[in-house]
Amino acid sequence: MTKEYPKLPPEAFKHVHMDGSQTEKISKPSLNFWQDAWLRIRKNKAAVVSIFVLTFIVLMSLVGPMISPHDFETQEITHANLPPKVPGLEKIGIFDGTGKMGGKEINLYEMKNVDTYYWFGTDGLGRDMFSRVWKGTQISLLIALIAAVIDMVIGVAYGGISAYYGGRVDDAMQRVVEILYGIPTLVVVILMILVMDPGIMAIIIAISITGWIGMSRIVRGQVLKYKNQEFVLAARTLGASNGRIIKKHLLPNVMAIIIINTMFTIPSAIFFEAFLSFIGLGLQSPNASLGTLINDGYRLIQFQPHILAIPAAILSLLMIAFNLIGDGLRDALDPKMKD
Amino acid sequence: MAKYVFKRVIYMILTLFLIASFTFSLMKMLPGSPISTSSKLTPNQLAAVEAKYGLDKPLPVQYGIYMKNMVKLDFGTSFQFKEASVTELIINRAGPSFILGIQALILGTIGGIILGMIAALRQNTAWDYGSTLIAIFGISIPSFVFASLLQYWIGVKGGFLPVGLWENGWKSSILPTIALAMGPLATSARFIRTEMIEVLGTDYITLAKAKGASGIEIAFKHAFRNALIPLITVMGPLAAGLVTGSLVVEQIFAIPGIGEQFVKAINVSDYSVIMGTTMFFSVLLILVIFIVDILYGIVDPRIRLAGGNKQ
Repeated sequence: MTKEYPKLPPEAFKHVHMDGSQTEKISKPSLNFWQDAWLRIRKNKAAVVSIFVLTFIVLMSLVGPMISPHDFETQEITHANLPPKVPGLEKIGIFDGTGKMGGKEINLYEMKNVDTYYWFGTDGLGRDMFSRVWKGTQISLLIALIAAVIDMVIGVAYGGISAYYGGRVDDAMQRVVEILYGIPTLVVVILMILVMDPGIMAIIIAISITGWIGMSRIVRGQVLKYKNQEFVLAARTLGASNGRIIKKHLLPNVMAIIIINTMFTIPSAIFFEAFLSFIGLGLQSPNASLGTLINDGYRLIQFQPHILAIPAAILSLLMIAFNLIGDGLRDALDPKMKD
Repeated sequence: MAKYVFKRVIYMILTLFLIASFTFSLMKMLPGSPISTSSKLTPNQLAAVEAKYGLDKPLPVQYGIYMKNMVKLDFGTSFQFKEASVTELIINRAGPSFILGIQALILGTIGGIILGMIAALRQNTAWDYGSTLIAIFGISIPSFVFASLLQYWIGVKGGFLPVGLWENGWKSSILPTIALAMGPLATSARFIRTEMIEVLGTDYITLAKAKGASGIEIAFKHAFRNALIPLITVMGPLAAGLVTGSLVVEQIFAIPGIGEQFVKAINVSDYSVIMGTTMFFSVLLILVIFIVDILYGIVDPRIRLAGGNKQ
């Protein structure tokens, strides 16, 4: 296989001088941790969609209770059990306030002489479901967020100290963890809830009381891996203090895994809150969380399916979004995948 | 190995001891007692009732008796059902729960393995996305939401399977089993997918391909068996998930199982049933994790159990 190349005149070639000062120049702008992560997570469509869904739900949970003309705890018995009715959509035949009564399809709004709109309908006590659902979402998210932060702080501190100081400290701290790790979460959560006054605080404490153990184990493993590597050794030789080594050299390396793990703690906290509320150990009325709303809705499932359907859908969407973002972050932040 | 098993047994006993003490102290701290609501009792009667249940003795003595009885598997008598011992109550209720749990575990893992295998072998196709979607749904949608949907759409609207209770034999176990199986199904599907993809990229698979083994042979004989081993490690969390799920699923389908009884006991503060069931769940889950760890060492000789901390 010979190929004809056009003859080039010698003038076409030019000497390039190597410039020693240029070899070390970094041509691309250096990306920090977050820019790097964002570049990669952007490619993951599921995660991007989830970020939008999550942002939407979070925004709605904040403004939702305010934009509805009805508040979340006022009971209007005459407006009880109304199906959803949305201005605009009613004209195309959905969410127009018709529901079954005695086996017949009738417009319940006309029958009960209600002239306002309940976008998500009302519950059995005539409370506006729209405000209640978003208020409930807000509380569920709040519980999950606080529980996740507590888990993170305790877990990172415990695991970090245990691994960094090592030796006898590590031994003692790990014996405690090994015993605690054996206790099933469910058992602890239920027992804790039983002794405390029901409420947001009780649920948060119950969820975080053993929740930090998983995080502490992961952080310990990571710190153990890094603390004897050359860069830490070099920093120590140069006289860096313990605090500086932890802050500047260990934490940034462990950060990715802490964030990923927190992203998975949040949905599991949301789940536990909903679970507790469902078996009757959660918040007390008129406060609402997604779990209590689902519990209320479940009792009326045969007659008023919308009371169950809406909070259940939002809870599921939230869980899916968090899990997908967690997956995306894991792929984006995992240093092993770095290309 | 013997040393490792011994160490683990010691930890198991310590953990159980801790749970038992924890349960005891929590129960003593609980507001209200089952007798306090029956206000019609005269002080004498109250004292008699307290004496009958041993509530009049000083706390350390109560604790001692409690621990001694626990070793003998005697969790006292239920306040709710007269004269029924907690152990008896749990044993009577164990049947449906175990059937559901085992069925869900089998259905979930086998279904999950199939889904995961399809996803891994047809990576980045519609098959893969479909099964990943099912897995994400299974992990994300709480069992009680899924259970109520199943009950409503198949039981009530469809009407071809029992809506609840435990009276139609095997048929009544179908819906709750499916509801419970979603968790294990999703978890094992994702797990098998990751493991399979990893195994399929190894050198010995390339070698098997090079020597001319067929696709099916590679998938099942070479890859699958190695991908399956790590699945054992998730069995512990799966069992824990099943117990959690059983509380709500049994409640929703009104199944006379341990979970349903537990929830009922919580709502009427029936201390001894709560304590007994708590201990029962703890022992069950701790045993499962123990067996899983031992099994893992036996099945996969590459893992050295004595090596200490695993991730």
